[in-house]
Amino acid sequence: MDAVTSALSLGHYLALGVALFSISVAGIFLNRKNVIVLLMCIELLLLAVNINFVAFSRELGDPAGQVFVFFILTVAAAEAAIGLAILVTLFRNRRTIDVADIDTLKG
Amino acid sequence: MDFVLLAFFVFATVAVVAAGAVITVKNPVHAALFLVLTFFSVACGWILAGAEFLGIALVLVYVGAVMVLFLFVVMMLDVDVVPMREGFVRYLPLGLLVAVAMLVQILILIGVRAKIGVPFGTDVAKAAGEGNTHWLARSLFSDFLLPFEVAAVILTVAVIAAVMLTLRRRPGAKHQNPLEQGSVKAADRVRLVRMQAERTIPPVPPPQTTDRKEGD
Repeated sequence: MDAVTSALSLGHYLALGVALFSISVAGIFLNRKNVIVLLMCIELLLLAVNINFVAFSRELGDPAGQVFVFFILTVAAAEAAIGLAILVTLFRNRRTIDVADIDTLKG
Repeated sequence: MDFVLLAFFVFATVAVVAAGAVITVKNPVHAALFLVLTFFSVACGWILAGAEFLGIALVLVYVGAVMVLFLFVVMMLDVDVVPMREGFVRYLPLGLLVAVAMLVQILILIGVRAKIGVPFGTDVAKAAGEGNTHWLARSLFSDFLLPFEVAAVILTVAVIAAVMLTLRRRPGAKHQNPLEQGSVKAADRVRLVRMQAERTIPPVPPPQTTDRKEGD
């Protein structure tokens, strides 16, 4: 088979990125009650996108792709910090992190 | 199959299996640890592709900081995981269907089979005789200097926001007010009183002795 005989290529990384992306989308479907696992799935989603950036940066020989991964990592770290802070505040006020129980804004 | 490709397959398999475990295990602590394994394997894959700086940065930033933060929060919140799992089996077929459909569609769309046949060319950074970090930094600090500064501002805002969100004043607890401490004047603490250094004590009149006996 071609995939295991040839050398490392762009297609290998794109396939890995697609696999991780699909797994994390499935995770958002399956764990739709637990906010912590939802946040982890979002991190996984961003990682899948970052794999594509790195692979294309290597393929095209352009450092812009890797610089963008750097910025995505920054924003993802900020997002994780604020998301977890909101989660802690939410748990302190409502004693639950179940998404189904957080329906105060529902009309 | 050369060694690099073999190593890539090992790392990719570990990453995909660990990612599958992240979304299926019951305990959120185990999920966080499997996510660490996923990040680590992907970082190894990036190093194989020549992105050495980002691979190390992913390990340091994600495994070292973000996932530890996740673990702290998971262990701090006393969450009952059993009711969280209800609906898992009900949504399993739908989730799998959507995931597999997306996987197949994207793989067909981007033409992975055609791209796998064309291996990576020579690394541009290596061809120029400099390391990956040098190559990346040259671009980051020249073309992307303004976004770099903006990223620093975003991180600062995120830190302040996270502190402000989780800060709470417990009623009854004693705490310092640094602003009040810093802006204190000497007059608020010490009051100088003008008074005579010494004064004559008026003679005390001798106590009047009364002939009262004990037991009267």
